[in-house]
Amino acid sequence: MTLFRLVLRFASPRLPFICGGCRTYSAQTGAVERVISSFRSVSGDEGVSVGLAVREQHGRDESVHSCRPPDVVVFPRSVEEVSALAKICHHHQLPIIPFGTGTGLEGGVGALKGGVCFSLRKMEQVLDLHEEDFDVTVEPGVTRKSLNSYLRDTGLWFPVDPGADASLCGMAATSASGTNAVRYGTMRENVLNLEVVLADGTILHTAGKGRRPRKTSAGYNLTNLFVGSEGTLGIITKATLRLYGIPESMVSAVCSFPSVQSAVDSTVQILQAGVPIARIEFLDDVMINACNRFNNLSYAVTPTLFLEFHGSSKSMEEQVSITEEITRDNGGSDFAWAEDEETRSRLWKARHDAWYAALALRPGCKAYSTDVCVPISRLPQIIVETKEDLIRNNITGPIAGHVGDGNFHCLIVLDPNDPDEVQRVHSFTERLARRALAMDGTCTGEHGIGLGKRDLLKEEVGPLAIEVMQGLKATLDPKKLMNPGKDRYGLWIGLQSVVYILLVYRMCPAPFSSPRPLCCPRPLFPISFRTQGDRTGSKCRLNTHVDKNTEYVEGARKRDVFPKPEIRCWWFWREGAG
Amino acid sequence: MSGRVLVGVKRVIDYAVKIRVKPDHTGVVTDGVKHSMNPFCEIAVEEAVKLKEKKLIKEVVAVSCGPQQVQETIRTALAMGADRGIHVEVSGKDYETLGPLQVSKILAALAKKEQADLIILGKQAIDDDCNQTGQMTAALLDWPQGTFASEVTLDADKLKVVREIDGGLETIKIKLPAVVTADLRLNTPRYATLPNIMKAKKKKIANVKPADLGVDVSSRLEVLKVDEPPQRQAGVKVETVDDLVGKLKEAGRI
Repeated sequence: MTLFRLVLRFASPRLPFICGGCRTYSAQTGAVERVISSFRSVSGDEGVSVGLAVREQHGRDESVHSCRPPDVVVFPRSVEEVSALAKICHHHQLPIIPFGTGTGLEGGVGALKGGVCFSLRKMEQVLDLHEEDFDVTVEPGVTRKSLNSYLRDTGLWFPVDPGADASLCGMAATSASGTNAVRYGTMRENVLNLEVVLADGTILHTAGKGRRPRKTSAGYNLTNLFVGSEGTLGIITKATLRLYGIPESMVSAVCSFPSVQSAVDSTVQILQAGVPIARIEFLDDVMINACNRFNNLSYAVTPTLFLEFHGSSKSMEEQVSITEEITRDNGGSDFAWAEDEETRSRLWKARHDAWYAALALRPGCKAYSTDVCVPISRLPQIIVETKEDLIRNNITGPIAGHVGDGNFHCLIVLDPNDPDEVQRVHSFTERLARRALAMDGTCTGEHGIGLGKRDLLKEEVGPLAIEVMQGLKATLDPKKLMNPGKDRYGLWIGLQSVVYILLVYRMCPAPFSSPRPLCCPRPLFPISFRTQGDRTGSKCRLNTHVDKNTEYVEGARKRDVFPKPEIRCWWFWREGAG
Repeated sequence: MSGRVLVGVKRVIDYAVKIRVKPDHTGVVTDGVKHSMNPFCEIAVEEAVKLKEKKLIKEVVAVSCGPQQVQETIRTALAMGADRGIHVEVSGKDYETLGPLQVSKILAALAKKEQADLIILGKQAIDDDCNQTGQMTAALLDWPQGTFASEVTLDADKLKVVREIDGGLETIKIKLPAVVTADLRLNTPRYATLPNIMKAKKKKIANVKPADLGVDVSSRLEVLKVDEPPQRQAGVKVETVDDLVGKLKEAGRI
C-alpha cells in the first residue's frame, strides 16, 4: 500500500510547493530553502539542522519502531522562538514533532509524515523554585535526574520515576508513571500548570500564567488535557510540578511467594493496612531466574515482591513488622529487609537490573516491553493467563510489574530478524492488550499510545470518546500539524489513499503533463476518462473545475484544441500557489 | 581521645552550571549563579556521619570559611548528620583571594582549639582544583595524612586507609590524629531529607573570625587573567596520505 503510493508519488512530475492536507515535503525542493532560511532567522544558524545524522537521531526513540527521520530539526532556545517557528510551520503546513530526550517506548517521535522536529533540549532552565510551596517550574530540557540533583540541597524531590532519565515535559506529554506511583501518583496528579505552544504559535497557559495553587476548581481542566496528549495537541514548553519532601528514612524489603495469587493478595492487604508503601514491584519466576543468573544471586525461583517504605525512622520498624506478618499469613517466605543504603541497593539489585537480566537471557536479541494495567483484583488472573500464552507461543517474556497499581510489563526478548517470532510477539501483545481491556483495564498503563496502539485505543474508549477526542484535536489543531500519524485514525490514512486513487482514476480529467500537486495520486499510465455531464466547466467529484475546450490525451475523449487552461484542482488552490 | 571529627566543606558553583568568564577576564561570573557544596566535601561529610552511625566517633563538626552565604552549606552538612557547625567569617577581598594555604592555617588552628582527632576533607574543590588543603593542613599540624581515600576503616586509634594512586590501590595504616581527604569512590553521599533539614535549623553554628584564631588570611598570590579554553576548531578531512603528510608539514609538526 505504502509502496504503491510511493510509486505514484515519484512517478508524477514534482513541483516545488507543499500540498495542503497531506504532507509531501522533501528537503531537496526549493520551497524548503525558503522555509529553512526563515527558521534560521528565528533560531540562528546553529539552531537549524538538516544533517542526516541529526535527523536520524531525532527520528527514533527507545522503542522497537524503526527510525522515521524528520526533514528538518530546529533547536529553539525560548518559548518565543518556539512560537515563531510554529507560526512558520503553520503557514507552510508543515508537521510539527516535539522532541524531549527520545527515551519514549512507543515510537511517539517518529516523523511519519516528515516535517519539522522541535528539539527542545536547549531550553534547560529550572525556573521558579518555591520550596515552601513545594512546586517548581521547569523547561523541557530539564530531565528528571537533573531536577532532583538541583533540588538536593532543599530536601525536596520529584518522585515520578519512569526509569529512564527523561525530560520532565516529555513525561508530562506521555503521562508517565513509574515505580513510585502507588504512593506519589503519576504525572497526571503532579502537574499543576503547563505552558503550551499550539500548532499556530499561540502560547497557552493551561491554568493561567504563573499560577500554581495546589488545587483549583476554576474552569475546565486544560492542564490534564495536555498531559498524555503525546505531542498531538501542542508543544509543552514549561511545566509546573508538585514536589515532595525527601522522606527521612527509606527501608527496602524482599519476600518470596509460592504463587502470583498470594503475592497480589499480600499487596492488597498491605495497601489496606495503610502502610506507607512507596514501591511494590513484582517479579515472576522467569524474571527471578534471569536475575539470579545475571547477578549471581540466589533468590528462590518463585514470584517475588520487592518493597520500599518511606517515612520517619521511628515508624519504619512498625511498618516492616506489619508487612512481614501479612506476607507470612499469605505464605510468603525469606522476608529480608534493610535500612542502610548499601544493603538496600543489594536487595533491590535484582529489580534494578531486570531489563539487562532479561536481555542477557538471549544475547544478541532486542527487548520489547508490553504495558497493560488492570484493577488489582484481576491481576493474578491476567498474569496467569499471560504466562500460559507465553509458554504456548514459545516467547521469552519475563514479567515485572508495579503491582500496587495493577500495572505489569512483559519484557519480551525477541530476535528482530526472525519474522515468525516478530509475528508471534505482535499477536501476543494484541491478545494481551485485549485481555486487559476485557478485565476493565487499559491497553497502556504508562508508556502511551504512540504508533502501535491506536486501534487498541479505539477499542478501549469506544467510538464516541474517539469522536470527542477528534473534536478537541480539530479545535486545537485544525490543520493536523501536531505529531501527525499518531492521531486516532492512523489506520484510515491507508484506506483513504485507496479510495482517493479509485475515485481519481475514474474522475480527474486534467492532462498528465499539467502541473499538479505532489499529493495528487494520479498515475502516469493511461486511464479512461468520464465526465459528469456535458456542461461547460463540468466539475469532477473532487471539485476539479475543467474547461470544456480542452484537449485531453491518453485515452480521454479528444476535443478541439485550445490553449491549455488552468486546472483548478482542489488541492492546488488550497495552497494558493501559482 | 575526644572522638571529634572536623569536616571541611566549601561552597562552590554547582557542578551542573555552565561557567562563564567575566567580560573583564578577572574571574568567573558568580552573581546569581547556583552554588552548592563541593561534591568531594559531600563525600567527606557522608564518611564522617557514617563513622558516627557506627559509633566509632562521637561528634561531627562541619567547618566552612567565607561570607554569610556559606551558612547554607553548613546547614546542608548539618542536615546530612553533622552535629554542629563553625562558620569562619571571611568576606570581600579576603574571600576572593582565599586559597588552600589560608584555609589550612584556619583548619589547623581550629583542630587544635576543638581538639579534633580526625579531619576529613574533600580531595579537591571543583572550582580551583587545587588538591592542596588536606596536605597543607597535615603538614602544619604535623599529623599523618591519608589522601585520595577510597576506603577508610577506623579501629581504636589506628586508621586503615586505602588510597587511589596512579598505579592502583595503596593501603596504609596511620595513627590518629590524622587528616584524610576523600576521593570519589569513598561512598555515595545521602540526600539531605526534608525532616532532617528542619531539624538542622535547630543545630548551632558558631561564628569565628580568622583573627580570633590568630591566622592571617592575606594572600601572596594575584590572579592576572582568566580566560576560557580556546574554541575547538573544525577538523579537516584529507583524501590521501600525501595530503596528510603535506598538512602536517604545513603545521610544522614534522
